[in-house]
Amino acid sequence: MQDNNSNHIIVEDQPLEIAGKNFTNRFLLGTGKFKNKQEIADSIRSSGTQIVTVALRRIDLEQSSESILPYIPKDVIILTNTSGARTAQEAVRIARLAKESGCGNWVKIEVINDSKYLLPDNHETIKATEILASEGFVVLPYIIPDLYTARALVKAGAATIMPLASLIGSNQGLKAKEFIKILIEEIDIPIIVDAGIGAPSQAAETMEMGADAVLVNTAVATSADPALAAKAFSLAIKAGRLAYLSRLPKQKDIADASSPLTGFLFEAS
Amino acid sequence: MITQTEINDILNDKSPESVEALANAARQMTEQYFGRTISLYAPLYLSNYCSSQCTYCGFTSHNRINRIKLTSDQMHKEMSYIANTGIENILLLTGESPQSTPLSYLKEAVTIAKQYFPSISLEIYPMETEEYKELYFAGVDGVTIYQETYDKTRYKEVHIAGKKSDYDYRLSTPQRIAEAGIRHISLGILLGLSDVAYDLCALYSHLKKMENTFPGVEYSLSYPRLRKIKGQDFAICDIDDITFIKIICLTRTLFPRVGINLSTRENPLLRDHAISLGITKMSAGSTTCVGGYNLPISAAQDPQFDVEDTRSVREVVNMLKSKNYDPVLTDWRRIENQIS
Repeated sequence: MQDNNSNHIIVEDQPLEIAGKNFTNRFLLGTGKFKNKQEIADSIRSSGTQIVTVALRRIDLEQSSESILPYIPKDVIILTNTSGARTAQEAVRIARLAKESGCGNWVKIEVINDSKYLLPDNHETIKATEILASEGFVVLPYIIPDLYTARALVKAGAATIMPLASLIGSNQGLKAKEFIKILIEEIDIPIIVDAGIGAPSQAAETMEMGADAVLVNTAVATSADPALAAKAFSLAIKAGRLAYLSRLPKQKDIADASSPLTGFLFEAS
Repeated sequence: MITQTEINDILNDKSPESVEALANAARQMTEQYFGRTISLYAPLYLSNYCSSQCTYCGFTSHNRINRIKLTSDQMHKEMSYIANTGIENILLLTGESPQSTPLSYLKEAVTIAKQYFPSISLEIYPMETEEYKELYFAGVDGVTIYQETYDKTRYKEVHIAGKKSDYDYRLSTPQRIAEAGIRHISLGILLGLSDVAYDLCALYSHLKKMENTFPGVEYSLSYPRLRKIKGQDFAICDIDDITFIKIICLTRTLFPRVGINLSTRENPLLRDHAISLGITKMSAGSTTCVGGYNLPISAAQDPQFDVEDTRSVREVVNMLKSKNYDPVLTDWRRIENQIS
């Protein structure tokens, strides 16, 4: 729908809802690998992100000049991740520590027991989600996209599912597209695609197919101008969302013939 | 996996073009996998007692040097001094003397270190799995163990006596560390001790085998260059700066996610340039004397090796910032290590 005399498009979109909170921006920013804290602050501002992930292991609680916390605006949700956890039990201990340290009860569960590929361990992630959700945490588990795992996580009380698009830090884009599509189709809680998204075009593609949000870290943090890159991702995610809502026509492998196969049925005899 | 001949060819080509090409690849991969970040740590020598005879080391048992080990009171003083510099990751070192620095002594040191540092690593003599487990439960996150050289004949020549002369026991140590549940293992070779291509090739296979068997462990590699001690040269080959930088870059391109450490035995100029080529972790503000940070006992001592980069932690932090790197001091939050 369009205003009478302007280019403003009024889109009827629901905000993204996670654990009773509404988010109008569907871009989540990871804070690892940045060369300084100011670039994190600039990227938050330029992108308008409302949720940032921070590894508990990197939070300097003594609020020294090196701490990341003063660089994150108060109205932005800090999603603490359990980086370094190799098992469900370690993830649970890190999450509890985060809460005790005043980092809130939003936690992204990352259980990784492979230092070469950094693939999450779905089985351990389910176990950690069960425990933490029952303790009142808002749990956003990071997984290899798999329908059985996602269903078990819903049952365990996860707030969202965060499937990886490809190997973390690889910038390879939507390699797991077909499996993420299944999650989007079958799972009723938000799907936030995380890891491997290396370009705004890939983020847009992810949103076009119906993902609820996208998290980006490496591609922003290691670009020459992180704040500009963050903004580009944020815009691409908005564009992808609009495209999804517009219900774009499907791609076709062949040209649309002008004389349809069933044309004869309607020809005047 | 890369062969010894291939490594030799790469290291022998010292044309500026080949060095620059390798450096470019290494820098691109380091930035992709680690960002522009460098973790900082400091070593703390607890004791220089040693029952091994390693011909190239200042602590070797037949050297008549002042032998001391820190008391718990002295540990507090040294650790409190280091913690005040901003360091949060401590590497506790001893000579190879289970008699003078037994497991109980090490556990005490770890218990004290927990009061000052979120992350504790050890560089000590090889142990049994059960002993490593005790240290893990006491709060140890990482263990460093260098094979020094993988050339067995050369190994025997330079490790004359003591437990360290047992090549096979040392070689199987990383496996025992991993079995105990320790998170980080640092492997390394002493450059100059033996044929470098042979040693690198063997180190890479060792790492690869460890990665396959214990994929959950975070690995890092170190390449200390053999130094002269009191004018005496123990190196059989000189590892010049070009070769050294190529080794770092080659390692990065072969193992994109593995950490690479750089100690203060390298000079500031080289250290400042190496950070963008694959290094992920540096020591800073270091001393290699027992009690060398803040105790008068260090005065009459010989260090294990001479520190070439004498800058303070603050100076290294500022150098990193000026080069647009994030100095990472906080990189771990202690969770009680348990049986998982």
